[in-house]
Amino acid sequence: MAVEDMDRLRRTGRIAIVGASLAGLRAAETLRAEGFAGELTLIGDEPYEPYDRPPLSKAVLLGRADPHRTELPRRRDIDAKWRLGTAATGLDLTAGRVRLSDGDEVEYDRLLIATGVRARPWPKESEARLDGVFLLRTRDDAAGLHQRLRAGPRRVFVIGAGFAGCEVASACREQGIEVTVAERAGAPLVGALGGVVGAVAAELMHEHGVDLRIRVTVTALEGDAAGRVRAVHLSDESVVEADVVVVSLGSQRNTEWLNGSGLGAGPRGIACDAGCRAFDFRGIVTDDVFVAGDVARSPHALFEYQFLSLEHWGNAVAQAETAAHNMICDGTDRRPHLWMPAFWSSQFGVNIKSVGVPPMGEELMITQGSTAERRFVGVYGHKGRVVAAVSFDNTRWLEFYQRAIERGAPFPVEYPTLDRRPENRRPVPADFPDPSLPTHGPMVTLSGYSPADTQLVFHPARH
Amino acid sequence: MTQDSIVRRITDFASRADPYPVYRELRGTPVLHEEEGGPYVISSYWDIEALLHDPRISSDAANLAAAGDDVLLQSEETGGLPPSFLRLDPPEHDRLRRMANSAFGPPHRPRRIDGMRGELREIVTGLIDGFGDARGIDLVDQFAYPFPVTVICRLLGVPREDEPRFRAWVDPLVASLDPGTRQGADEEFARTAREARMQLGMYLAGLAEERAKEPRDDLLSDLVNSRGPDGAMTMMEVLSTSVLLLIAGHETTVNLITNGMLTLLRHPDVLERLRHEPELAPRLVEELLRYEPPVQLVPQRTCITDIEVRGVTIPKGSRIWLVLAAGNRDPERFKDPERFDPDREDIQHLGFGSGIHICFGAPLARLETQIALTELARRLENPRLVQDPPPYRENAVLRGPRHLEITFDGVRP
Ligand SMILES: Cc1cc2nc3c(=O)[nH]c(=O)nc-3n(C[C@H](O)[C@H](O)[C@H](O)COP(=O)(O)OP(=O)(O)OC[C@H]3O[C@@H](n4cnc5c(N)ncnc54)[C@H](O)[C@@H]3O)c2cc1C
Ligand code: HEM
Repeated sequence: MAVEDMDRLRRTGRIAIVGASLAGLRAAETLRAEGFAGELTLIGDEPYEPYDRPPLSKAVLLGRADPHRTELPRRRDIDAKWRLGTAATGLDLTAGRVRLSDGDEVEYDRLLIATGVRARPWPKESEARLDGVFLLRTRDDAAGLHQRLRAGPRRVFVIGAGFAGCEVASACREQGIEVTVAERAGAPLVGALGGVVGAVAAELMHEHGVDLRIRVTVTALEGDAAGRVRAVHLSDESVVEADVVVVSLGSQRNTEWLNGSGLGAGPRGIACDAGCRAFDFRGIVTDDVFVAGDVARSPHALFEYQFLSLEHWGNAVAQAETAAHNMICDGTDRRPHLWMPAFWSSQFGVNIKSVGVPPMGEELMITQGSTAERRFVGVYGHKGRVVAAVSFDNTRWLEFYQRAIERGAPFPVEYPTLDRRPENRRPVPADFPDPSLPTHGPMVTLSGYSPADTQLVFHPARH
Repeated sequence: MTQDSIVRRITDFASRADPYPVYRELRGTPVLHEEEGGPYVISSYWDIEALLHDPRISSDAANLAAAGDDVLLQSEETGGLPPSFLRLDPPEHDRLRRMANSAFGPPHRPRRIDGMRGELREIVTGLIDGFGDARGIDLVDQFAYPFPVTVICRLLGVPREDEPRFRAWVDPLVASLDPGTRQGADEEFARTAREARMQLGMYLAGLAEERAKEPRDDLLSDLVNSRGPDGAMTMMEVLSTSVLLLIAGHETTVNLITNGMLTLLRHPDVLERLRHEPELAPRLVEELLRYEPPVQLVPQRTCITDIEVRGVTIPKGSRIWLVLAAGNRDPERFKDPERFDPDREDIQHLGFGSGIHICFGAPLARLETQIALTELARRLENPRLVQDPPPYRENAVLRGPRHLEITFDGVRP
């Protein structure tokens, strides 16, 4: 683009952002901070101003934070046209237009798609509609669930032991509420952290009085005459009575509105390049449509150029900033999104944090502390390299391991480290399940093809 | 060490008033090792930050290859007490720090520090009122020194009537930690310090026993009666932790307050701003921690295996110095690092260290200094520096003025 054109875009251009949550807001702020003076429109289907989700499964369920008071802090004034409570329903790439649910259209010179994900619903609709069955993604979900927890249910049943499900179970136990957790895999958090660390999470649950059922699936939710859920049926034929059910089966990407638009969008998200530019369905990169946050899937140079979908708070912020920057500059001024994946969770009094991409690791080595004590650092290796690390109550060491990942440091970790236990001298298999077996859905999914691969097959979107 | 070696110049008293030119030179050799057996000196921000998070780096003196007396090492002869968690590695460090923490801050004692706000202000007000009609004071002796001792006494739970006795033990003890005075120490001085240490230990032990029987709302009671998942502290652990809190919170805070006032008097525009804009205090204190950090360097680290930093191999067991004050002015990290600028937005300084040993008392130290400087700025009319630079303490690690004479036209109510 000619210099004058970029100049004009920055002064009087029109930028539309679809998805008014974490990524959308941070992108808008970055655009203004970097001098974008044109017209900015934020389109969001939720009726609320951007709010923060991580507290929804933590402080909110414990009653320590008001679900309607978790607005995201504003970094600066963004002087935007807000279209809250309005969904984007279609995209005309050629004309540069977003169609809205109220019939309006918004024209853009640059578009950012930050529509995130939604909670995967319970597949049987009639059961999903029973009173007492909850999903947990929005503040309304959290408010409803919190209210039920406060009313003192006899038992809460959590379907799926991913991070969110574990956090819900933790919040229940902290309030003395009986809780059963069902997980298809062999342990909680298996998809995200593997079986070895999952076993530690399982012990934590047992210790805190969670009734954990592994290697089972839920076959049916049973309601009473008044339409309230009363019991959960499991694949091992057992039946658990529960008056609250939390469906925590992972997420689905909000891309349906892009069907037929010509973008490379589908159930696995929207593929984009490292500069956050969306691919069209032919695999050719667009130059005016950008993607950020949970809905994006982008190649990461540090991880064999695999396309990563990261449902991580920090990723949404960093990618939004990079996308915004790249939307209003050209060529060599553009930056790649090279964020080091990092995720945290707090449950059962433990702070869990990971950096890198654990599911890529075949082997795991506990380099500090001990899994028996639930305080440790574990390092994941892939093809002789460190690719990830996880800590339980040991966050302050992770920076070191992050650098090891960045440097492609060798695995196994041969050098001594503080608090290395004699039993942890050798790596063990990290024990990730076969990715073809669905669990609750890991928080990082790899859907890799490296740029070196020559054969690409495009599967058209199918929902 | 040759006469003009950089390490020698860091410890040389002549550098005390302004060590920053030496640090600038030091950064020219990011891993400096001047002689066999001498320390490996690290001075760039990113290297220090990395080593503070490196699990091959130990704080335990037992891992040093040669015990050798280092002039910069604080004496830890706290009267036969076991090493405090400052000088321990995980898992012992973590266990003791966790237990101390549950007595000190969230989640168990969320209001212990913030709840002291009123009391801190009261102590500060009392000290400033105490200037009376004087038109000149020594800020160190009359303010910056007594303030943190009083605070730590209240925090630990030393009864008010015992405070004077307590301080009479603490003063010589703290003085004895200064390597300068320790080296030239005459027998008399050393004996007083030993005596004080013993008296203090006995006093604290007695107090701890009382609190074990009859707990009160104070830190000592919590330490003695901790019954968390980590079990209980032994009496020895209670004592060494209390003494650590006492000492660690002491020579540091006094210097932050004194360096703070000195810096403000050298930047009268900022002092004037603080007077009208007390909300500037938090940011100002952070910038002070970067610009004039009370702990200039961390001398008590070693590596448990050979490590490589910027292509230099540091052999296992070597002594490593992390020069926080040099990292804080690293131009690769901070824009215009030699400028004192409380409006800086990017202010991740190393003043409190980083990693697992990051200052335990930081929330308290911040609050104390914010209140102290705000009140001094508000109440002193036209304060002026009598001598610039002021006379410094001997200590190169815990660096700060020995006296700070200031004059003023009056004290506002
Ligand atoms: C309960 C919970 C706990 C979490 N805890 C953690 C944690 O501890 N650590 C961590 O790293 N991450 C955590 N996360 C994940 C983190 O919140 C997400 O990574 C982050 O919210 C992603 O931001 P985003 O803006 O990309 O997507 P979202 O926050 O999902 O925002 C997308 C927005 O777009 C809207 N939208 C969708 N389709 C349309 C459309 N067609 N038109 C208009 N608007 C549309 C959506 O309604 C939504 O408001 C948690 C998430 C949840 C739900
Ligand atoms: C301005 C004042 C202060 C400064 C600049 C300061 C600085 C520091 C630094 C740099 C460290 C790290 C040492 C290392 O890495 O080896 C540290 C540790 C420590 N500080 Fe402070 N400190 C201050 C005030 C306090 C106060 C008020 C207290 C107590 C109430 C305190 C208690 C401690 C303790 C207990 C440690 C050891 C932590 C550990 O090893 O885990 N400090 N401090």
